[in-house]
Amino acid sequence: MDISVNGESRQVPDGYTAEQLVEAMGLTGKRIAMEVNQEIVPRSTYGSYTFNMGDKIEIVHAVGGG
Amino acid sequence: MTQVKQDTPLVIAGKEYSSRLLVGSGKYKDNEETRLATEASGAEIVTVAIRRSNIGQNPDEPNLLEAIPPEKYTILPNTAGCYTAEDAVRTCKLARELLDGHDLVKLEVLGDEKTLFPDVIQTLKAAEELVKDDFKVMVYTSDDLLIAKELEAIGCVAVMPLAAPIGSGLGIRNPYNIRFIVEELKVPVLVDAGVGTASDAAVAMELGCDGVLMNTAIAAAQDPVLMASAMKKAIEAGREAYLAGRMPRKRYANASSPLDGTFF
Repeated sequence: MDISVNGESRQVPDGYTAEQLVEAMGLTGKRIAMEVNQEIVPRSTYGSYTFNMGDKIEIVHAVGGG
Repeated sequence: MTQVKQDTPLVIAGKEYSSRLLVGSGKYKDNEETRLATEASGAEIVTVAIRRSNIGQNPDEPNLLEAIPPEKYTILPNTAGCYTAEDAVRTCKLARELLDGHDLVKLEVLGDEKTLFPDVIQTLKAAEELVKDDFKVMVYTSDDLLIAKELEAIGCVAVMPLAAPIGSGLGIRNPYNIRFIVEELKVPVLVDAGVGTASDAAVAMELGCDGVLMNTAIAAAQDPVLMASAMKKAIEAGREAYLAGRMPRKRYANASSPLDGTFF
């Protein structure tokens, strides 16, 4: 199925979890935050959170800013 | 040692800070320069922006929060780049998740790309939503007294009027407006944006501001670490001058040496 991650479309298998996505992006253990369709997904639930077709996912981190 | 009157700490959302200088972490050459300048500034509150983690980025890329660890500094996530209340609220929610429930945020909703002036209508809307959602909101706004009072009434924990456009370094363009806001509000008032050099920071403090938030004035200096140190001193000097109470201005001279006892 197709999902969108930070504005780029991505093909993932059914039942794909937030944890798997974070790992695939090399972000495991990093200080990040995730929202799916504008709803926050708490870090503690990544293992059990599965995506649905068409989900719009944003993964963010802190950068320099004023 | 001479006894100098002690200042009271700056209190924001119930937490005490001994430094009245707040700094941004943007525009530095690298994380090391960010770390050194932040340290030299003596700041305890440091702003960060929230942005997408790039797909396929180098996983070993140094993390900003290693240079400014949340254990050492109060991290103040901002909503820079947001032009609607909706985007600002979304950003704050992501920041709270990112920082393990930390709820102090810097709200800014911009209205114009050229001046980066705040859209105060969207800012009021976002502030209301965020306060309802238990965020502690430090809000960037124009130097308009009525809007500042409204933001305080909504429940913002600090109101931060601009002194000049963001990143312009033009200094305090309307000291009278800043003064009105300082005099009328009970929550801390901080100048946010517009400071260019140490004397600007001192002027803001002499006006009675509770603090100053700056980024470009330090990061864009030829020597950012030295400028950070200068800013630290300017904030302290300006604060002490405010507490000391300046002499009245006079149009004509008034000799400092006695007129009696001259032998010529």
